[in-house]
Amino acid sequence: MLRPVALLLTLLLAPALAGAAEVTTFRLDNGLEVVVLEDHRAPVVVHMVWYKVGAADEPLGKSGIAHFLEHLLFKGTDDLAAGELSATVSRNGGSDNAFTSWDYTSYFQRIAADRLELMMTMESDRMRDLQMTEDDVRTERDVVLEERNQRIDSEPGSLFQEQARAAQYLNHPYGIPIIGWRHEIQKLNREDAFAFYQRYYAPNNAVLVVAGDVEPEDVRRLAEAYYGPIKPTLDLTERFRPEEPPQLAERRLTYADPRVAQPYVMRTYLAPERDSGDQAQAARLTILAELLGGNGATSVLGRKLQFETQQAVYASAFYDGVSLDDTTFGLIMVPTPGTDLDAAEAALDQAMSEFLQEGVDAKQFERLKFQIKASQIYEEDDIQSLARRYGAGLTSGLTIADIESWTDLLMAVTEDEVMQAARKILDRRKAVTGWVMPAESTEVMQ
Amino acid sequence: MIRLFLIFWLAVAAAPVRAAVDIQTLTTPGGIDAWLVEEHSIPFTALEIRFKGGTVMDPDGKRGVVNLMTGLLEEGAGPLDSRGFSEARESLAASFEYRAYEDVISISARFLSENRDQAIALLKSSIMEPTFEQADIDRVREQVLSSIRSDKTDPGAIANRTFDVLAWGDHPYGSSGDGTEDSVNGLTRDDIIAAHQGAFARDRLYVSAVGDITAEELSTMLDDLFGDLPDTGPALPAMARYQLTGGVTLVPFDTPQSVALFGHQGIERDDPDYMAAYILNEVFGGDGQDSRLMTEVREKRGLTYGVGTVLLPMDYGALVMGQVKSDNTKMADSVAVIQDEWAKVAKDAITEEELTDAKTYLTGAYALRFDGNAPIARIMVGMQMIGLPPSYVTDRNDQVMAVTLDEIRRVAKRIYQPENLHFVVVGRPEGLEGTN
Repeated sequence: MLRPVALLLTLLLAPALAGAAEVTTFRLDNGLEVVVLEDHRAPVVVHMVWYKVGAADEPLGKSGIAHFLEHLLFKGTDDLAAGELSATVSRNGGSDNAFTSWDYTSYFQRIAADRLELMMTMESDRMRDLQMTEDDVRTERDVVLEERNQRIDSEPGSLFQEQARAAQYLNHPYGIPIIGWRHEIQKLNREDAFAFYQRYYAPNNAVLVVAGDVEPEDVRRLAEAYYGPIKPTLDLTERFRPEEPPQLAERRLTYADPRVAQPYVMRTYLAPERDSGDQAQAARLTILAELLGGNGATSVLGRKLQFETQQAVYASAFYDGVSLDDTTFGLIMVPTPGTDLDAAEAALDQAMSEFLQEGVDAKQFERLKFQIKASQIYEEDDIQSLARRYGAGLTSGLTIADIESWTDLLMAVTEDEVMQAARKILDRRKAVTGWVMPAESTEVMQ
Repeated sequence: MIRLFLIFWLAVAAAPVRAAVDIQTLTTPGGIDAWLVEEHSIPFTALEIRFKGGTVMDPDGKRGVVNLMTGLLEEGAGPLDSRGFSEARESLAASFEYRAYEDVISISARFLSENRDQAIALLKSSIMEPTFEQADIDRVREQVLSSIRSDKTDPGAIANRTFDVLAWGDHPYGSSGDGTEDSVNGLTRDDIIAAHQGAFARDRLYVSAVGDITAEELSTMLDDLFGDLPDTGPALPAMARYQLTGGVTLVPFDTPQSVALFGHQGIERDDPDYMAAYILNEVFGGDGQDSRLMTEVREKRGLTYGVGTVLLPMDYGALVMGQVKSDNTKMADSVAVIQDEWAKVAKDAITEEELTDAKTYLTGAYALRFDGNAPIARIMVGMQMIGLPPSYVTDRNDQVMAVTLDEIRRVAKRIYQPENLHFVVVGRPEGLEGTN
C-alpha cells in the first residue's frame, strides 16, 4: 500500500501506553516537575526541558513569538557564547534540538549518559540567563522567515491547513499558526522575545524529563544542584484561553493553488481533548479514528472508498487527544482521477452515514484491541518516544496518573461507546470542510 | 537494544562511549548467512531483509514496475485477498514494511514472540506467493500515479528529477524509480509477475535480526522463509556514467522559495579514502547544526532555514550532493556562498581543530545509533551489504580517530571539485543566471 500524497496526519496509535519503563517523579521546591524514565540497556540519556507555554499563549499581534524565542534560545547566555550550547553537545557526541507547539516548547539533547551533568549545566543556564544582540535577533528572524517559506508558503497543503485551522477556531488562539503569520513574524523584536522569555521560562512553568541509563537519585541530586537555585516566576497563573462559541453555521473553504496536483477533501470537527481525570471521551475518539482510518485495507473508510466504490486513492481519519484545550477530529478523502471533489465529498458523507447505520465491526474491534495491547511491548523499545509522551502530556494539562491510565482507558472502550461518540461528534453543521484543488497559474491564464 | 557492552575510552578527553553490540553471525543449514543480536528482555523481534537490485532492475520501457510490484506484496498472498492479508497481520499485531529503493528492496518486519511462527508464515506468503490480482494492481497503480502527479508540481521533486537526468542520462539513476505516468499506465500483470520473479533470489539476500530469538530459532526460521527462493537473480545493471559538468541549471517554477540541489561525482563506499571524505563532509555540510555551510549560509547571513550535504555512494555510481532552500530574493546569495565555501574546502581543507571536533562528535555519536531492536538490525544489514565485518562496530571509532590532517587535505582536493559543482535551481531566483 502506497500513500499517495504527503499529508500531515498524526499517527493515530501513538498515544497509547506507558510501558514497563521504571518511572519516578518528584518536584523541586521552586516548582520544577521532574520525571525520570529508566532504561539501562544502553548508556544513553535523553534530557528534555518542556515549558508550559506555546503559540496559543502569545500576546495579540505577536504570533510566532513562542517559536521565534525557541530559535533564540540557541544564542548565548551570560556564560555561553552564541551557538556554544549546540557545539558543546556535538563535541560530546550528542545531538540537540527543540520544538514548539500550541501548548508547549521543548528543548532536548540525546547524549552519552555520563554527560547528563554537562547538559543540565547548560540547559539550566539558559532557563533564565539568555542574552542576545540586536544582530542575532535580526538574522534569526530571517532564518524563521525562511523556515516559514519552506514549511508553509512552499507547501500548498500547509497553506490550506493554516486557513482551515483559522476557520475552525473563531475565538481560541489555536487558529493562529505556530510559526506565526508572516506579517507579524516580520515585526517581532528583541523586546517581545525577552518579555515572553522572562515571564514563561521559569522552573515553576517547566517539566524536566530525563530518560535512559540513569538512576533517579542521581537525577534528583543533579536537578537540585543545577535547576534548584533558579527563581520561579511568582505571579504565574494557570493558563486561560478564550473558548470557542457554539458553532451555528457550517464552515466551508475552497483552496486553489497551481502547485496542487492531487485534489482532496478534508473535514474537521471540534472535539474534546484528553482532560485530566476525564479522558474517556478522548479514548473513544482515538479508537473511532483508528477504526475509520487506520489501515487502508481494513478500516471503514479505506474499505468503502478505496476498495468498494473505488472513488478514493486514500481515505482516512485522524485525532490526537493530547491538547490543553479542544482539539479536532478529522476526515480526509483523496479522490481517484475520475471523481470530482463534489462527488468525493458525497461519497465520504455516504460512507460515514453507512458507518453510523452499520456500527462497529466486532472483528475489527477485537484486532484493534490486540494491537493496542501489543503496542505496549513495542513501545518499551523506544524510550525517547516515551519521554516525549510524558513531556507533551504534562504540558498539555495531564498528570502522570492520566498518562499511565491511558492504555487501560483505550482497552476499556466498548463498541457502543464508540458509536455514541461518533454520533455526537459527526455533525456536519458543526464542521469545517475544505476542498484543496489545482488552479491555473496566472502565467498560463495571461 | 541490547546488550551494548560499553567501554569508556580514556585515551581522549571526551571519552566516547563505544558501541560493542554482541553480534552473532550464523549460516543456516540451508546456507543463508545472517547476523543476530539476542535481546530477550522484550518479547518481540525485529527482522531486516534486503534484496540487492531494486528499481534499477526495471526493464527498458517498464520504469516503475519494481516499485509497483513491491507495493503489491501486501495486497493479497496465497489464499488471502488484500483485506484478508491485512486482517491476518493485524490479528498478530505484526508490522511488515515493503519498500523499493534504487539499489535494493527492503522488507522490515516486527513481530511478537507469542505468535512468531504465524507471523513468519504470513510474511513468507507475501514474498513467495503474492496474488497480484488485477483489481489490486489497478488500485495501487492509482496511488503511484497520484504520487507521480504530485511530484510534478513539487519543486524539490522537480529538482531531483532534473539533477538525476542531467547527471546520469538514460541509466535508471537518471529517472524516478516510481516511473512516469505513461510507463506506469503501460504496466501489465505479466510485467509485475516478471519483476517479482527477478527480484528475490538467494544470492541477493541480506538479513539480520534483533530481539527475543535464539540463533537456532532464527536459523530454522530463515530456512523456512527463504528456502524456496531461486539461487541466483538476473544480471545486475552496468555502472552509470556521470555526465554533468559545472554550472547552474534553472528550472522556472512559481514558488516563493527556490530549491537548489548541488553537487558532482562522489566517492565509492569501498574507497580507502571514504572515511576521510566522510569526516570532511561532516565538517563541511553534515547534519550537526554547526557545519560550515550552516554557519555561513544560515547563522551568519540568515539566507536559509537549512542547508546540508551528503556523500551518496550508490551501487552503480556515487555523488556528493547538497540541498538548500532560500527565498527567491536570496537564492543567488546562497549559491554564491556555497560556491565560495566549496572552493575554500577544496583548497584549504579543514583546520586541525575542526578535525578534532568532528572526531569527538562522530566517535561519541556512534554508540547512540544503536538505540532499539530495529535500528540495530538496520545497521547490521547495512554493514553486510557494504561488506563490513561485525568487528567494524568496535573498530569503527578507531578508524575515525586514525584519519590524519594530511589525509584530509589530500582527500579534500580529490572530493571537492569547484569547477565541476553543478546547481539545479527550481523557482524564480532573482539575479541568478543559468549557464546552459
